[in-house]
Amino acid sequence: MAKKASTFKNMTLTLFLITVVAGISLGYINEVTKGPIAKAKLERTTNALKNVLPTFDNDPLQDILKIKAEEVKDSIEFYPAFQEGVRVGTAVVASSEKGYNGLIRLMVGFEPNGSIIDIRVLEQKETPGLGTKIKGEKFKRQFRGKNPSAFNLKVKKDQGEVDALTGATITTRAFSEAVQLAYDKMIQNQSQTGSDE
Amino acid sequence: MEYILIIIAAVFVNNIVLSQFLGICPFLGVSNKLSTSVGMSGAVLFVMTIATLVTYLLYEFILIPMGLDYLRTITFILVIASLVQMVEIILRKVSPALYQALGVFLPLITTNCAVLGVAILALGLQDGSLLKAVVFAIANAIGFALAIIVFSSIRERLELADIPEGMKGVPINLLIAGLLSLAFLGFAGLV
Amino acid sequence: MNEPVNQKQNFIKGIIKDNPVFVMLLGMCPVLGVTSSAFNGLGMGIATLFVLLMSNIVVSLIKTQIPAKVRIPAFIIIIASFVTIVEMVLEAFIPVLYEQLGIFIPLIVVNCLILGRAEAFASKNNLLSSVVDALGMGIGFTIALVVLGATREILGNGSLFDFPLTSEDSSTLILFILPPGAFIALAYLSVGFNKLTAKMN
Repeated sequence: MAKKASTFKNMTLTLFLITVVAGISLGYINEVTKGPIAKAKLERTTNALKNVLPTFDNDPLQDILKIKAEEVKDSIEFYPAFQEGVRVGTAVVASSEKGYNGLIRLMVGFEPNGSIIDIRVLEQKETPGLGTKIKGEKFKRQFRGKNPSAFNLKVKKDQGEVDALTGATITTRAFSEAVQLAYDKMIQNQSQTGSDE
Repeated sequence: MEYILIIIAAVFVNNIVLSQFLGICPFLGVSNKLSTSVGMSGAVLFVMTIATLVTYLLYEFILIPMGLDYLRTITFILVIASLVQMVEIILRKVSPALYQALGVFLPLITTNCAVLGVAILALGLQDGSLLKAVVFAIANAIGFALAIIVFSSIRERLELADIPEGMKGVPINLLIAGLLSLAFLGFAGLV
Repeated sequence: MNEPVNQKQNFIKGIIKDNPVFVMLLGMCPVLGVTSSAFNGLGMGIATLFVLLMSNIVVSLIKTQIPAKVRIPAFIIIIASFVTIVEMVLEAFIPVLYEQLGIFIPLIVVNCLILGRAEAFASKNNLLSSVVDALGMGIGFTIALVVLGATREILGNGSLFDFPLTSEDSSTLILFILPPGAFIALAYLSVGFNKLTAKMN
């Protein structure tokens, strides 16, 4: 078969047809994947919540409370957790812009008395192999069970109690700062978040 | 001040070629002579700036309001492809010598991922605005120029050097790119 | 390009003689950008393989219907569509990989390998040859990415496919998962690849 001649009509028609077919098929796939994409995003939050909180039977996503804070660009989020109507903890999403490569976003789970249950890193752009170790078990272990009212959330270099990651002091500082912020905001907004210390 | 930070970050800290790995093809492909890399840098600067300007406006005022943001990739690449054609036509008329020198590589700007990459990255800037996106594009083009010009200067000298047989050609070039990238790593954390 | 002698040769050439990464230096951006781990390399390789295969099929099927002067824009639209499909499917079903690969997913569009094969091969050959060519090239590309990713992950992070090979406290050659390590690891791998192919001939 010979190639189609490159007349203006042929060229316009061909490109138009290809674009229409491409547009329609993409539109269709977009419709199909829309649901799963939304579900995947939701699942990320629920998984994080399950990770940093004890078992709960309410839907923290329903009871979410967002508070604007000067320290961060997006608001700080509080997810209260209840088990049989009793408060079992709060998950707080807070961030710091002072990471080595900018934003670090964390979800910190607190017990009703303010002790840290666990921390989950939601977003970070730190140096692979150095700063990314904030996601590691070994680093996070030192925060578990600590109550920021008694535990100085500063790296040891700054007269605090946090062991900095080797070669990633700046990352550690930003991480600790975000945890401190999460704690402070939870205490400040106790009346609304219902935490009783 | 904010714009200066964007520029320093894009040129040195997150250099588009040496730390983001965008635009590697022309970086390795047209860098054997200093003069061609200067020409390539010029073409990239021109295309990258206009492309980012146009795609940013398209995205903010057409794709987003119409809920068509999933067509982002396809729209952007078409805009870039048309722009490259335009540059090619203009260059052929205005500077035949440069057109001759860049020859096959000009159409390759379409597949220069740095251009599409910057257009997409510009959408993700914090508190984005059109001006910020354009500054970001120009800064990245400068970063590209810096990397490729330094690299081609080294390669010109390399022709006189005694290189082990197995390392000749691609490997030694990659190795030098690695060392350059290592040098740029020193800028990390500056901003 | 001449019609290859047989399909087996056509397939093998993408993996060894014309390996897109080690020999032809095509699609270097994702090669260097996403290979900080073997898993990312594999994911990127498969995503690219898919787009390459689909675009080769479509281009080969409609090659006689496209006027020569607009063939490049036509190819680009076809490729961009498949890339967008990959993007949406990954975001929906493998969000972890979607996040890891980040900007390099939309950038599959400008992977010179794909446009190069559409232009140099699929637009001149029949469907079967184009499919075999895409499979060979795509697998050659994937192998290169996995090998590079594995090398960098083992040296830089002491693990392979996220499975730790060293204890948590031991120090590793972090350089290899940082950007310079990508260039350096690829430099030595391509020396090795050249030696290997030289021996085979």
